Amino acid sequence: MSPAPLLRVEGVRAVYGDTVALHGVSLDIADNEFFALLGPSGCGKTTLLRSIAGFETPASGRIEVDGEDLLRMPPHKRPVNMMFQSYALFPHLSVERNIAYGLEADGVAKAEVRRRVGEVMDIVGLGPLAKRRPAQLSGGQRQRVALARAIVKRPRLLLLDEPLSALDRQVRSSMQLELKRLQHEVGLTFVVVTHDQEEAMSMADRIAVLREGRLEQLATPQELYANPASRFVASFIGTANLLDGVATADGVEVRGVGSVAATHALAPGLPATAVVRPEDVQLSTDAATAGLRGTVVDTYFLGGASTISVEVPGILAPILASVHGASRIARGDEVGVGFGRAAVVAAEPAAASVTDPAEPLAEPAAQGASA
Amino acid sequence: MTSTLQREAPVPFLAPGVLFLIVFMAIPVGLLAFYTFFTRGRFGGIVFDFTLDNWAKLFEPLYLGVIMQSIGMALVVTVLALLLGYPMAYGIAGLSPKWRTVALVAIVLPFWTNFLIRTYAWILLLNNAGWVNQWLQGLGLVDEPISMLYTPQAIIVGLLYMYLPLMVLPLYASLQQLDPSLREAATNLGATPWRAFRTVTLPLSIPGALTGCIFVFVPAMSNFVIPELIGGGKTIMVGNLVRDQFFEARDWPFGATLALVLTILLVIVILVQNAVSRRLTEGPRRG
Repeated sequence: MSPAPLLRVEGVRAVYGDTVALHGVSLDIADNEFFALLGPSGCGKTTLLRSIAGFETPASGRIEVDGEDLLRMPPHKRPVNMMFQSYALFPHLSVERNIAYGLEADGVAKAEVRRRVGEVMDIVGLGPLAKRRPAQLSGGQRQRVALARAIVKRPRLLLLDEPLSALDRQVRSSMQLELKRLQHEVGLTFVVVTHDQEEAMSMADRIAVLREGRLEQLATPQELYANPASRFVASFIGTANLLDGVATADGVEVRGVGSVAATHALAPGLPATAVVRPEDVQLSTDAATAGLRGTVVDTYFLGGASTISVEVPGILAPILASVHGASRIARGDEVGVGFGRAAVVAAEPAAASVTDPAEPLAEPAAQGASA
Repeated sequence: MTSTLQREAPVPFLAPGVLFLIVFMAIPVGLLAFYTFFTRGRFGGIVFDFTLDNWAKLFEPLYLGVIMQSIGMALVVTVLALLLGYPMAYGIAGLSPKWRTVALVAIVLPFWTNFLIRTYAWILLLNNAGWVNQWLQGLGLVDEPISMLYTPQAIIVGLLYMYLPLMVLPLYASLQQLDPSLREAATNLGATPWRAFRTVTLPLSIPGALTGCIFVFVPAMSNFVIPELIGGGKTIMVGNLVRDQFFEARDWPFGATLALVLTILLVIVILVQNAVSRRLTEGPRRG
């Protein structure tokens, strides 16, 4: 991307006892980027974040900020500030003393501390709460204090560990927008760790998807959604219909479905999975349409869009289709199913599918509507 | 939160506790207070002639001196226990869970042995022909045995030994429940390890330290066995004085006065500790 990355992570390997948390992860983060480390719990994203902050020491690899070796610096000297998942506010200090802590530790003059703390409190909207203790604040207010405390030193890099997980849904979506606004306003580089793909998709410029200690794909949210690099990414990001089959010259031959057309780079004959997003599934109520047919098992109306779940004989998981507005298709209807654009990834044995009925359907459908 | 709990706590559940407090606390303390205003009987007991002599006697230099000396000794023991106990508690809190259990058991283990036996062990250690003197002479550090037993210092060592666990345990509890991410946050914000300790760990462990101080100060001040056995009865503390009034001098009213004063002093200390702790943990009251 840009000429010199702000943060360079090179072959970082981390080991706890006999489990490997990171298997040599490499990535670059550019100045002013809003970067997300995304993955299910145990994927190594927090280990990587804590290695950058200096709370974990990788077994091998390099971490550089502005070309400087971070691993050789003690944690308190790194130009990196972190917002903790638990916020880690000092319970015995007032809001303003919490925020001032980092500046005081650096020996900044009193008047300057007061000015900068006031400035940051204005940015995050904490002015009237300056004298309160953390115990006297709401969850959203605590989150703001944690954020203010982390940005007041204007670090080269701001690390945010699951910054929104402790908030309820309402506050969370407004804070998502606010974090994004703040990142533009203060002009810092943000690295967010999250397990919530929706959160990562809505905020980040680029996302690194991690899985079991390996970097699965690093791309923009749009790219991740449209061209997942693996079956795991396809199922983790948004909702996808995953149709397992064999690669052919012009698509994937899926058992029980037939050929799904797609361009891809896999050699014909290899096991492959066609990834069809719900909005690329066409349903037709015309009984005369030839091709794949199925029965509607459920419909979910979500305001802007509806998700329709269709059971197709021969395919294990129901096919999810997204249609605009309220649909006239009802449960029990016979429909024709057609596939539009599909991405193709190499097949993976025994991978969980997002169309697993145990997964709630509300979130994927919302994703479909926004894409 | 506490107010709703109090409001909702049904009376039948409180009754046993309240009854216990009335029978075993309010009545005895009331009786003690009542006795302080009467005259001693010839062979102990009380003669119901009203007098303020017991209270006046308290301010005689002899007795006031004993009270002050007891406060002083208990303070020294408490401070030493804090200085010794803090690093111990800090160390234990930093151990792996397995070794933590081992260390805690080791701290509590002496309590399983009888108090008197443990005190006699100190006599064996400290007397002129005792082990400590044997070692010192064996190592050629001293020529003559040092008389250690039956000194105020020996009492302090004995009390310290007896009550150190009571300092370590509450301190350990408060250090152990500190969220480790607080330390990390301080470090991440640029604090050196020492600064992080001084500005985060230390202030947040003050409530535990105060509890430990109370746990040590209160029994150290009223203990009378150690001053007698290890101190040889040469250094009289307020606990000895109280016991002597009842069992030897047969002056129950004055004994009651001393006991009541001791109780009041300790209650005041606890109230102060409580107020300080609350202020530290909850912050100044909002207007």
